[in-house]
Amino acid sequence: MLKFLADSLVYTLMGIQPGTRLGDTLHFFLYDTAKVFLLLITIIFVVAIIRSFFPPERARKLLGHRREYVGNFLAALLGIVTPFCSCSAVPMFIGFIESGLPLGVTFSFLISSPAVNEVALVMLWGLFGWKIALLYTATGIAVAFFGGIIIGKLKLENQVEDYVYQIKMGEAEIAVPTWKERIEYARGYTKDILKKVWIFVIVGIGFGALIHGYVPMDYVLKYAGRDNPFAVIVAVLLGIPLYSNAAGTIPIIQALVGKGLPMGTALAFMMSIVAISAPEIIILRNVIKPKLLAIFTGIVATAIIIVGYLFNIIL
Amino acid sequence: MKIHILGSGCQNCMKLAKNAEEAAKAKGTECEVIKITDIKEIMSYGVMQTPAIVIDGKVKSVGRVLSVEEIKKLL
Repeated sequence: MLKFLADSLVYTLMGIQPGTRLGDTLHFFLYDTAKVFLLLITIIFVVAIIRSFFPPERARKLLGHRREYVGNFLAALLGIVTPFCSCSAVPMFIGFIESGLPLGVTFSFLISSPAVNEVALVMLWGLFGWKIALLYTATGIAVAFFGGIIIGKLKLENQVEDYVYQIKMGEAEIAVPTWKERIEYARGYTKDILKKVWIFVIVGIGFGALIHGYVPMDYVLKYAGRDNPFAVIVAVLLGIPLYSNAAGTIPIIQALVGKGLPMGTALAFMMSIVAISAPEIIILRNVIKPKLLAIFTGIVATAIIIVGYLFNIIL
Repeated sequence: MKIHILGSGCQNCMKLAKNAEEAAKAKGTECEVIKITDIKEIMSYGVMQTPAIVIDGKVKSVGRVLSVEEIKKLL
């Protein structure tokens, strides 16, 4: 349906020939913008409804006294569905440690929560299809699972700031929301996210469309293709400071993939954008010492790089 | 009536505090809005998500920026 609309708008109404550079660019832009916004609204709304069932207090209870492996896996899953803004990273971290959760399990949660980001998921789904979106989610869970296990094995409890262990957490009665409240919350949440990302989406798709229409293929292959062994590493390092632009970066990547950018490199780039962000690292410094912070960043970055190379080999 | 806003001082917390002040003013009752940024104190309320709003010692909402209207209903 959307394709038909874009077709008729560009080729019939504007009278631009299909197959021309301008026609391709405009068509790509209109079709992708419409598709992505439709998906953003629907999926973020659904995600918000699901999230209203899993407040962190519940996550904490569900993880309870679970030990390694099962705990890490569950934490990685809960990390996705638990609502979590980076300002809450500190209280959440303290709350988990305070309830006796192992450090490694806590980190599995802390990694998966930003790593599997719903906006990135929508962008991937809309622009690459559901298989890649699913692959991205599975990868995020795997990175969180193994990252948490390694941190747990390293016995780094002494790398948590001392005051964290001294905090006694109070009991708050968190009211169970009604359906009306859940829907209200989901509506507000969707609106907030859209307000934050719409400009990145449009600019990103605009750039993507330009690349799609005008950038020659051999240019991309020369710098970021399979023959460049450092492409994945560079992509991951570039992704770290780009946090807020996940929504705008994916359309650009999509256009580059169309020009021959390997999928593993593209996925690694996206994962590093959403999983490791400078603001989150700064916030976590409040609760963990620099050494653990460096280990955490190093493990996540390495895991993403490995995933990137792995996908480049398989896909 | 005492309104406590729990939060590290990020954008969301400041917005919630502003909304609370506006709601308190509109309500006209003796309302005092106090911002709590100390993490130990925030945790003592049993809250893991910020911003949170506490009215007379009771946690009323966590992890959301309530609108002025919503806060008025709570007062």
